[in-house]
Parts: sequence; structure tokens; C-alpha cells
Amino acid sequence: MNAMSKPDTPVLELRGVSKVYSVKQGLMGARKPLRAVNDVNLTLGRSEVLGLVGESGCGKSTLAKILLGLEAPTSGEVLVDGEAIGSHDRLKLARRIQPIFQDPYSSLNPRKSIAEIISLPLRVHGIGDHASQTKAVREILDVVGLPARVMNTYPSQMSGGQRQRVAIARALIMKPEIVICDEPTSALDVSVQSQILNLLGELRREFGLTYLFISHNLAVVEHLATRVAVMYLGRIVEEAETGALFDASRHPYSRALLDSVLTPEPGLGVPDTHLGAAYPNPINPPPGCAFHPRCASATAFCAARAPRPVASGDGLVECHLYDPETEMFQR
Amino acid sequence: MSDLSDPLLQEITGPTPGQLLRKRVFGHQGLIFGLAVVAILAVVAILAPVIAPHDPYAQSLVARMKPPVFLGGTWENPLGTDHLGRDYLSRLIYGARVSLMIGGIAALISGVIGTAMGVAAGYFGGKVDAVVTFLINVRLAMPVVLVALAVVAILGGSLTVVIAVLGLLLWDRFAVVMRASTLQVRGREYVAAAQAIGASTPRILLSEIMPNIVNNLIVVVTLEMAHAILLEAALSFLGLGVQPPTPSWGLMVSEGKNMMLFEPWLVLIPGAVLFVLVLAINLMGDGLRDVTAPENRS
Repeated sequence: MNAMSKPDTPVLELRGVSKVYSVKQGLMGARKPLRAVNDVNLTLGRSEVLGLVGESGCGKSTLAKILLGLEAPTSGEVLVDGEAIGSHDRLKLARRIQPIFQDPYSSLNPRKSIAEIISLPLRVHGIGDHASQTKAVREILDVVGLPARVMNTYPSQMSGGQRQRVAIARALIMKPEIVICDEPTSALDVSVQSQILNLLGELRREFGLTYLFISHNLAVVEHLATRVAVMYLGRIVEEAETGALFDASRHPYSRALLDSVLTPEPGLGVPDTHLGAAYPNPINPPPGCAFHPRCASATAFCAARAPRPVASGDGLVECHLYDPETEMFQR
Repeated sequence: MSDLSDPLLQEITGPTPGQLLRKRVFGHQGLIFGLAVVAILAVVAILAPVIAPHDPYAQSLVARMKPPVFLGGTWENPLGTDHLGRDYLSRLIYGARVSLMIGGIAALISGVIGTAMGVAAGYFGGKVDAVVTFLINVRLAMPVVLVALAVVAILGGSLTVVIAVLGLLLWDRFAVVMRASTLQVRGREYVAAAQAIGASTPRILLSEIMPNIVNNLIVVVTLEMAHAILLEAALSFLGLGVQPPTPSWGLMVSEGKNMMLFEPWLVLIPGAVLFVLVLAINLMGDGLRDVTAPENRS
């Protein structure tokens, strides 16, 4: 993986991106800020695959929405090829970034034929006439491994794996550079999952695509990603090369996530991660390091002061354990 | 490239949604009955001048209150004549025009208003939703019959006024149902996909959201049609709807009520026809809901 050197300009860069929702609790409650995404910095080089992992509710999907231009960040900026994207050039953005969603049963309009679904991007952007659009649909169906005769069928006539291939075809027909995969296999059978993952891998090699691969399935991320970012409560707590993260993860949360993977060995029982079941309320995040109430290595210092990102190896880790400056306070 | 040999991918089988729909429609007796009755009455209303045996306005004092043929009358007036000697069958046939026209146009006007409000509230949410919800509550706080009575009393009863009043009052159910359906559909990922593609808001509303909520709309249209027809009959019965001598079923009941003890068919015949039409429209709406409801799909 190290052979894949970082190109000069990242295809996609997030600088201090935050998204704050204002949430009302109860009928009369005052509005409180909910920091869904909190000061996230990420860079993606060309044809890299960045795996984004984290628990449900940690802000992964909000981040995906910001990247797709469906939500505007409260602060910070998103750069594509070094150019900041604004809300005004949604069409331009759409040609470069396309999504693949989690649930292929919900991501295809049940009232439209497969040809209509796949050709929608071409029609919205006014590319080509009807004949050339049909031809493009035919070609992309071949690329994703579906026979051309599915063009006149409807989503309800297809299986989950076939539907996800249609969703991939729709995302790729505009030849985007970046594809945001929001848990693209979690709604599929295990046997179909590997087919879709292999397809995504082949397409990346063929078209030089860059993926942001959001998942809570660590095995899938290890299989596909070149870099991995671990997200907790809206923040990236660790980022590293895939190999480095899986072999020697540093942040206690990353270690707990890796430990939580069930092994096929019977008799080993459910792994103990020391995480407990309580996920903190994002409206009232814990003070200091947001992870300290669940952290096995936490000290009193962790509750008092938030950690800062520390460069470590090729990546980043945000934990007092690895910050030389705070180490002395902890002792 | 990948897996074209996979047998799963070769087998794209099963009937199309259109075929499934046709099968469900013809398997639903209530829907077929409702559709048939409404279609027959619509044809009768359209062809009224051709079908009606007499002029519905022609009075004849020598032929007053002739009984219908099944009560010993003649085939000259199959359903008898009213207190002014007008042919009852002809008035009934022309009355279908009034009922269906009021039902249809009032449902159309309120449908356009209510759907626009409901879809906008459901899709945009926030302040738009707050305003629409407030308007719906205001409207629900007004009793329809009372408001209609007041307006008709001020402006005078005529077909146009009745249609306009009902059209401007019956949009509440459209707004409520369309708002709820839109809320449900806009959370689906295909809407997010269309947004990410860069599709414009009108395009998303018309081509992604509308096709998925139109079945609910059809059901509400039928319910409100029946509602409007009944309200017109009630207003006409009270003398505040369609004015004589225009033939209207509600008016016919009203005119016959003085003779009800001696000639009950004067009330029963228009009453029965009204009952059958409203029943048929409701059966049609019920059937359409059954046929298009997602939980009914296999």
C-alpha cells in the first residue's frame, strides 16, 4: 500500500468541517446545539480508498451528506481538486461526486424503470439525446455486470444485489471522480456482499475512482480501504494506513472497535471491549475527551482537557496517551 | 466483466408492476362495481339530452304526480312525474349532471389547493410546514355546512357559488394526507440520490415524489367527490344550493318531502340514486386503496 504515494493536490479535502444542528428537546425545551460533525480534517488522494468507521450516530452519514452537497457545513470548507465547493454549483459538484447508498430497496424509485433510473443523471444534466443516453445505459449495465434486458424492468423485480448494481450504475454513468459509499453492502446477503465489494474494487482500478467508504463492518474496510479514519462523536480520533491501523491501532476506541469483531470461533463468546452499552448523548457530550467515560485507560486528566490531534507515523491520533506534551501532566 | 455467468443475474423474472396491477384490479369486486356505476352515471350525465325521454323543465298540470311504472304508472313517464308534472326520469338524468359536475369540479379545485399545500409542507418542512399546519387547523375549526350556508345566504345560491364554496372548503383532507405521504417519501434514499445528482426541486417533486404518493391522492379524490355530492344535496335540500327549476337530486328530495306520506317514491327515488352513487364512489376509493397499497403487494 505504501507504493501508492500521495499525489500533490488531494482530490478531496475537508478543512475544519463542522455541522451543528439545533435540536429542541420536548415541546417547551430550549434549542440546544448538536455537534454532529466537529472540526473534521480529512484528505483523499487520487484513487485512494478512505474507510470511515465508527458506531451508529457518530456522524458518518452527516459527513457523507455534506460531501454530497445535501447539507451545508456550519463551518469549515470542502475542497474538490483544491477548489472550494459552494452551494451554488451543485450541478458541477454532482458530476464529480456521486453516492452509493446503503439500502438498495430505498435508493431506487419503485415507479421508474431501470433505464429511467440509470439515465436520470444524464437527463438532469442534459447530456446527449435519447439514443445516446440509451446507449450509455447499455454500456454501464455491462460494466456493472447486468444484462441489457433489465432496462425495461422495475426495481421490484430485482434482488438486492441486482438493485445495488443498478445504484452503482447510476452513480458511475456521469464518470465521477469520487464515489461516497455509505455502507453499500450492509443491507445485502453475505454472499452478495463480496460480489458487490469485488465489483467496487474492479471499478476503482478501471476508472481510477476515489472512494470514501463509510462502514461499520471492519472486515469490509480492511478488504477495500487504503487508509482508515475512525470517527467518534463527530470527531476523527485516529487516522492511519489500513495495515498500520489493523495491526497496531493506537487510540483506545480503535482498539475496542477491533476487539469487538466477532470471530467465527464458537465458544469464545462475545468479546469484551470494556465499552459498555451507553453511547453518550451528543447534545451533552462528556467534558474533556469525549471518549473518557468509556475508555479503559482514562485518567482524571482526560475528563478535564480535550486531546489534540498528534501526528503519529503516517497518520493522526487524538489521545492524551500519545501526546508527549500532556504526558507529564498525567503522571 | 463480472459475473455475467451468474444464474441469478440471468433470471430477471416476474410480472411487471403494470401486469400485477391489472390482476389486482380485476380481482377486486368492490372496485369493479364502483367503477362500473360511476362510469355508467358519467355516460348518462354526458348523454343526458339524448337519453332523457322528456324535457326536464316541461310542466304539465294535467299530468301531475303520476306514479312510476312499478306502482301502476305508464311507460310514458317510467318514474312518474313530480308536483308540476315534470318527467321524473328526465329530471333524475339531468340531476346526475349537477351531482357529478359538483363532485368533480369541487374535488379538482380542493385537490389542487390541498395537494400543493400538503406536498410543500411535507417536502420543505420547517416554516412552510408550520404555516400549512396552521392553515389546516384553522380550516378544520370551521364547520363546512355552516360556512357554506353563510356564503350562499350572502351571495345567493347558484351552481357556480356552490362549486366554488365546496372547492375552497374541502381541501383539508388533501393537505393532511399529502403532507403525511410526502414526509414518508422524502426520507427515501432515491430522493437523496436525485438531490445528489443535482436534480431541481420541481423535478424531484414531480418525478420522484408525486408518482409515489399519487395512489393516496386518488383515494382522497374519490372520498371528497362523494363528500361534495352529499353536501350539495344537503345544501339544495335546505334551499341554499342549486336553485329551482334546475334539476338536482337534493332539490328533488326537498320538493318531494311535502308529499312524502302520500307519494313516498318522490323522495325515495332520488334518495336511492344518491345513495348508490355515493356508495359506488366510496367503494371505488376503497378498492383503489386496496389495489395500490404497498402492504397488499406480493
